[in-house]
Amino acid sequence: MEDTITITMNSGPKEKDKKSKSLWVHAFDSLKKNKMAMASLSIVVFYLLIACLSFTGLIGGEWAKEIGPAYDSPFWVKWMSGQAASFSIEHLFGTDILGRSVFYKMVKGTEVAMLIGFATGLVTMVIGVILGAVAGYFGGKVDEIIVWFYTTFSSIPGIMLLMAITFILGKGIVAVFLALGLTSWVSLCRLIRADVIRHKNREYVHAAYSVGASHSRRLFLHILPNVFHLVIINFSLTFQTAIKSEVILSYLGLGVQDRPSWGIMIDDAKLELARGVWWQLLAATAAMFVIVLAFNILGDALRDALDPKLKGK
Amino acid sequence: MNLWAYVLRRLLYVIPVILGVCFIIFILFNVFSPDPALLLLGKHATASQIVELRRELGLDRPWVLQYLDIVKSAFTFDFGRSWSTKQEIIYMIKQGAVPSLTISLPSFVIASTVALSISLLVAYFRGKFIDKAGVFLCVALMSISSLAYILFFQWLLAYKWGMFPIAGFESGFPDFIEYIMLPLIIWLILSLGGDVRFYRTVILDEIYQDYVRTARAKGVGERVILFKHVLKNAMIPIITQIVIQIPFLILGALLLEAFFSIPGLGGMTLSAINSSDFPVIKAMTILSAIAYIVFSVITDVLYTVVDPRVRLS
Repeated sequence: MEDTITITMNSGPKEKDKKSKSLWVHAFDSLKKNKMAMASLSIVVFYLLIACLSFTGLIGGEWAKEIGPAYDSPFWVKWMSGQAASFSIEHLFGTDILGRSVFYKMVKGTEVAMLIGFATGLVTMVIGVILGAVAGYFGGKVDEIIVWFYTTFSSIPGIMLLMAITFILGKGIVAVFLALGLTSWVSLCRLIRADVIRHKNREYVHAAYSVGASHSRRLFLHILPNVFHLVIINFSLTFQTAIKSEVILSYLGLGVQDRPSWGIMIDDAKLELARGVWWQLLAATAAMFVIVLAFNILGDALRDALDPKLKGK
Repeated sequence: MNLWAYVLRRLLYVIPVILGVCFIIFILFNVFSPDPALLLLGKHATASQIVELRRELGLDRPWVLQYLDIVKSAFTFDFGRSWSTKQEIIYMIKQGAVPSLTISLPSFVIASTVALSISLLVAYFRGKFIDKAGVFLCVALMSISSLAYILFFQWLLAYKWGMFPIAGFESGFPDFIEYIMLPLIIWLILSLGGDVRFYRTVILDEIYQDYVRTARAKGVGERVILFKHVLKNAMIPIITQIVIQIPFLILGALLLEAFFSIPGLGGMTLSAINSSDFPVIKAMTILSAIAYIVFSVITDVLYTVVDPRVRLS
């Protein structure tokens, strides 16, 4: 505690600032100083932009079009082996078995991946925050039931749950993100519960009570903003885990249907590699690598910025 | 609290969790899943065939009894017969456990040892280039899909360079070695990133403790501090992490077993998923959940034995 006080007083060249900065402004300031984090953030924004453009059909819309022979190698591979080939963006990663542009499939896959990541994060957030906050705040029987519920839930291997849920919901993108969300809320729920317990008897909550704030007001308006950094850190983690899990679901045949995704592209490679066709695996893996890495770095930086107690770990 | 009272309370808590696991399995596979009779008979089944099969599988019985069947199987390990191979499931599991453990046990031991050594190394050089590069490398390793690793290394090392057999398995001591080499290497790569990062965090957690400062103040060398003082204390979370992974070894590595045609439990589970073989899926889910629950009790108890502070809270 004393440490925090000294740090705030020492960081005082900006003493002239009348209004003290909020946690969020502080966090963003420290994030801005972290070059890796800013680079990661711009990568995430770039991917989101691609996803939006693809969603509106401005780019990648012609992914289903046949642009050349089946398994046509990328133009730069032809250059290296001395063949003549002209530069074209749609041939950047060659073609797949149906002669479709792997590059466009990768772009379209970005849309799917971002959608899955975002929606999974959202589902996780809603379940984890509500259950965790209610358990931590009310305690007693409610807490016991919720703790029992998530202990039970987390005892079942994730892959089994994933499979069973997609089985019930049928196939398709909605089933994918619901299943991923339903299987990844436990860790967030635990964190939120522990933090709400820590906060619920603090003075500001008592103060809110004394001026007549209701339970839901105290919980959602007073306590929740103070534990919300956990949600943001967790969101970036869930986002990239969901993108990775989509690959496994595609391999199991439970993934996205009738549109390209990185998972399907990687899964396709199991038949292609023996024929020397590696560009589809490369394109999807590279696209995935960059965004997952960016989210990993961003997640760490966010944790350092929002939860200074954990700094440097 | 008395240690034995704690152990007893912890053991008693296992029962509601197992009942909960059975309930989730019941909800997923008996209540909400698509009718297995339809799945098994295909589209052209007659109504009488369906009724017949439902009776045969016990699906026409009241839900309470169906739930009790699952609970019973969790305590007696009598899971009935597989729908596709018609074998006793417990027999199939006994058959599959050996190949699964043959690849998962050595892989796990080697991977944990390597990860722990690397994390000690990067913790020794904390804040220096080696540490930063190491952490970045870990994150990068974790950013690639596991499916992509398996496909790539199987193609490169086994298919292209012929260093290992592409797939297959042989039981008996010297024979299995060549078959488990490649899965072992891939396992190592898959787990290294996450493990090193986790162990490093745990070690750094200890390095900033007061007792380390005291040791340093009285002139103990950095190496002795790391290996004698820090490692001893860091062992608690490290052992926890290792013990809690053991149940997953029993389940086997789903993807690795499938790709290398190892006749273990993971491959069995995957083919059960593909053929909607509900009894096998249920049995594997129950078994792995029980293993997880048992091992988490063991870790909790170990924790209190090693670190008496835990019991107080």
